[in-house]
Amino acid sequence: MQKFPHQPQDEEGPVFNAPWEAQAFALVLALHEKGLFSWQEWAATLGDEIVVAHAAGDPDLGNTYYEHWLAALETISLKNNLSSAVELDRRKSQWYAAYLSTPHGKPIELSAGD
Amino acid sequence: MPHDHHHDGHEHTEPPSDIELRVKALESLLVEKGLVNPDTLNTIIETYEHKVGPRNGAHVVAKAWADPEFKQALMADATEAVASLGYCGRQGEHLKVVENTDDTHNLVVCTLCSCYPWTVLGLPPAWYKSAPYRSRAVSAPREVLGEFGTDLDGDKKIRVWDSTSEMRYLVLPQRPLGTEGWSEEDLQALVSRNSMIGVELARTPGQDTEALK
Repeated sequence: MQKFPHQPQDEEGPVFNAPWEAQAFALVLALHEKGLFSWQEWAATLGDEIVVAHAAGDPDLGNTYYEHWLAALETISLKNNLSSAVELDRRKSQWYAAYLSTPHGKPIELSAGD
Repeated sequence: MPHDHHHDGHEHTEPPSDIELRVKALESLLVEKGLVNPDTLNTIIETYEHKVGPRNGAHVVAKAWADPEFKQALMADATEAVASLGYCGRQGEHLKVVENTDDTHNLVVCTLCSCYPWTVLGLPPAWYKSAPYRSRAVSAPREVLGEFGTDLDGDKKIRVWDSTSEMRYLVLPQRPLGTEGWSEEDLQALVSRNSMIGVELARTPGQDTEALK
């Protein structure tokens, strides 16, 4: 029986729909364990992101959860000076370029000069 | 094809989606700065994908059904009692166990985001994180239960527990009738994840677990 649209049939628990969701999840736990933010601070940041997404028209049915999670992770990283918007943007472009310059099947690596 | 001058067509790798690039960017920067260790990340993923799950909670519930002393300890201080079984929280949160009785049924939600007793239930199912569940568990709990196929007597009280980052809840379902003398292990099979969130009851003996999917 489908209780809500998009509800996966996961009787024994989720977990992740894609590797990036697991990576984002683990990053938050690792940063918290390192004492870089409190869990209360994290929960508040995530709650805010969900409210913002909801207001922007996301029906928020649970399938976009890790998008909110990642947005909150970026927000808290910037707020606590773990990274900067410029740095993140630059690194994203570097990864994009690395994919384009790496032959298919070879490991993707950032070149030292980037 | 933009690269058709290459005879094999394999001179590059298709970049992943924007969201994957965002994660890669953040992760690689944080690792470089020494703020996270890649081994720690792998351990966390491994743990949550394979080791932590609703079986932990079923163990706790079955033990509480079978062992009155453990149940007493569990109701008094659930954080401590589940830790004695080896299930420890990573976020310093407290766990409270709420017991279903003949008069009262308990239902757990997190209206703010999706706080959930990870140590005993693993990661929350998608519906638990959805806006409809988060709001309707509070405004129309009986209806929500009905959608899960759980029809309670009209005079049974429903208590809804709103989780926070400091306090998580686990429902102790009522032990099904006809299980007198059952071993803890057999009892565990009757405890579904959903029964520990409170949207369902524990399975009854003979109920085909597959049919409950």
